[in-house]
Amino acid sequence: MTLPLVEQFQYGLDAPICLTWELTYACNLSCVHCLSSSGRRDPRELSAAECRAVIDELERMQVFYVNIGGGEPTVRPDFWELVDYATAHHVGVKFSTNGVKITPEVARRLAGSDYVDVQISLDGATAEVNDAVRGPGSYATALRAMGHLADAGFRGFKISVVVTRQNAGQLDDFKAIADRFGAQLRLTRLRPSGRGADVWDELHPTAGQQRQLYDWLVAAGEQVLTGDSFFHLAAYGDALPGLNLCGAGRVVCLIDPVGDVYACPFAIHDSFLAGNVRDQGGFTGVWRESELFAELRRPQTGGACQSCSAYDSCRGGCMAAKFFTGLPLDGPDPECVQGHGERALAAMTGGPAPRPAGDHSHRSRAVPVTIGARPPAGSGPLGGRPPDRACDESPLAGFRPDGLGVGAR
Amino acid sequence: MSTDALASGARAGFDLDRPWQLHPQVSVRPERFGALLYHFGTRRLSFLKSPALLTVVSSLGDAPSARQACQAAGVSPAELPAYATALETLASSQMIRTREVA
Repeated sequence: MTLPLVEQFQYGLDAPICLTWELTYACNLSCVHCLSSSGRRDPRELSAAECRAVIDELERMQVFYVNIGGGEPTVRPDFWELVDYATAHHVGVKFSTNGVKITPEVARRLAGSDYVDVQISLDGATAEVNDAVRGPGSYATALRAMGHLADAGFRGFKISVVVTRQNAGQLDDFKAIADRFGAQLRLTRLRPSGRGADVWDELHPTAGQQRQLYDWLVAAGEQVLTGDSFFHLAAYGDALPGLNLCGAGRVVCLIDPVGDVYACPFAIHDSFLAGNVRDQGGFTGVWRESELFAELRRPQTGGACQSCSAYDSCRGGCMAAKFFTGLPLDGPDPECVQGHGERALAAMTGGPAPRPAGDHSHRSRAVPVTIGARPPAGSGPLGGRPPDRACDESPLAGFRPDGLGVGAR
Repeated sequence: MSTDALASGARAGFDLDRPWQLHPQVSVRPERFGALLYHFGTRRLSFLKSPALLTVVSSLGDAPSARQACQAAGVSPAELPAYATALETLASSQMIRTREVA
């Protein structure tokens, strides 16, 4: 009487498989689509001692690894110490960075560890496309970091790209960059989360680009990672490699810099807040006892999608994408490949879509809404300081659902 | 090379009569359905879909051969080919590897 694995996962596990942990809201960049609206540190951020206590819990729960992000996590003075603490306690680390702190020396140290993986964020295969989203100088910073990692002999680090309307035509170029550095390409979906809500309309790929992306990913197979980001595209036909399931609150979650636990990294809003690691029962208590997570683990109805022939493939798409575009959670994804999302958006009445919680954006710089209109380096009050933020990922990256099919199906 | 393994339907790639072990960089987490496996070297996640397979995999390192690990776990001869196939999948993703006997 074994349930299929996907159902086992839908009903939740006693511990997450992995989770995203944003260590700080501080960031040297101000990416226009930052899903955590990062920029300034929050004074309530977890101390190093509190972070170590969380790691102790993760070890007891046998969480295999954490995807550390931010903000820019490496700007925390205790970052490397926390990475060492995690790996010494059998919690693997993959961290996302814009590369600002990846010096040759750091790269050599990282190359020497089996338990640390690095993911460099890049949102354009050219400086022009990348810097319009991530800020002046960010392309050069990222490529310099990649060079240091490659020179240090770090094979297979990740280059993580949020696919946008502007870079969707550069997929082959991204792959070439990854090949050049002995890295692995990872493509993820743009979400209307954080500051991404402000730019989603003009940055999210067109329907035609989605189709090309799907075909490209099918051809690339397991060479390119997606963090299970594009499971809504499974409605085109074959599922892409991965779990093809929304793992929010079931097998993954987010811990934010102040210890708040959300269902997923793309859902920083009170509606998806399950608790805080500073609560009585710690992270374990939140994971196992929160009402929100219990609700997410109950069988979901397909709502308006129930009668759609593609529902078994796409499972209604991404909860966060629906929520922050104002669509009902049991309706179609805004990027539904059958066009149901576009029609639902067009027919939408009532108030504006919910706003992401908490804005830690740098106060002194406006977020340019028009691509290409970012002020030139040196023109702003920050004097051309490069923008940053590792625009992050579903923690199921690399999951292989190629089951070992012993037992009932 | 065991002809028994071939005769019992296992693919030639997996040798049931050799000693095997879990890769030292693999972490195993028991679950209701079986177990989750994570390889820190390849950074791949996989899973065992039954508690019995978990018993087999956990005991590989102490058993003289994979076949004996299966027998000790109560795997019947009829079930053996399916287990060999599962073990071969694990071997191909480096989750388990052959063990040299001193």
